[in-house]
Amino acid sequence: MSSEASQGGAMTAPRAIVAGHGEFAAGLVSAVQQITGRGGQLIPIAVHQLSVEDIEDLLRRRMIEHGVRVIFTDLQAGSCTMASRRILRGMDDAVLVAGANLPTLLDFVFSEARPAPEAARHAAERGRAAIAVHGAATGGNGQ
Amino acid sequence: MTVELFRIDDRLIHGQVVVGWGQPLDIGFIVLVDDTVAASDWEQELYRMGVPPEMEVYFHSATDAITALPKYLADHRRGILLTGDIATMQRLVNGGVVTTVNVGGIHSKPGRVQRLRYVFLSPDEEAQLRGLAANGVKVSAQDVPGARAVSLPDLLNGSAL
Repeated sequence: MSSEASQGGAMTAPRAIVAGHGEFAAGLVSAVQQITGRGGQLIPIAVHQLSVEDIEDLLRRRMIEHGVRVIFTDLQAGSCTMASRRILRGMDDAVLVAGANLPTLLDFVFSEARPAPEAARHAAERGRAAIAVHGAATGGNGQ
Repeated sequence: MTVELFRIDDRLIHGQVVVGWGQPLDIGFIVLVDDTVAASDWEQELYRMGVPPEMEVYFHSATDAITALPKYLADHRRGILLTGDIATMQRLVNGGVVTTVNVGGIHSKPGRVQRLRYVFLSPDEEAQLRGLAANGVKVSAQDVPGARAVSLPDLLNGSAL
């Protein structure tokens, strides 16, 4: 079944939903909370055992309930991303960031001065740029 | 090469299909058989965006798919065929070329009983699966390649839950 968990930061109003496979959302939001104390800006949603229609319904209800217009998902091909894209079709002011990572969310929670959709776009670029490969500099056969 | 997997999955194209099966099987194409998606350019674009550029996606209605299937079976690449429900797969089976069916995901809805973590079935759907088996089709449930394939009897009696 689906699950949502409070991740602390209760004094902060939610600004975005985080959804994805397994415990992706709860794990990332937990990490944001541990690092920044700002996990309360993010609503983690898991979608175990839900149909595509039920995922879409759950995400839409949470967006309306919390007045948020930003969704972060894990995988471009994922069911949460598919459902979110269907939701966005009727919400011109909403933003979906697919492929979100921890640096993405950290940037987002520190961008409170920006409108949430603008902060999400900025955070997506930060998240993309934060991926680095260390070691085996040639990328070859290790020689 | 050929169609490696005939899968019933109500999420159609998603992570398990594209990554979970797609990478280890070196899948080059997906045939998505669904009357609603086949009739909607927007839905097709939605699913197309979910796959990597090296993977082709073809969309068919159930009726069209029966005619098109031989072409995919003769394709030099490996493929996956997806339907969102048992009834659509049944139509392809009736077309005579599907001999093995993978139940990959049928999720919770009113009237369905949970049989596996990822399979919920109504009495009608159980009868449909029994009908597939009665027609000589090998039916098993398996969400990802690394999981154990659950036989139809074990699926229907819930012993694998």
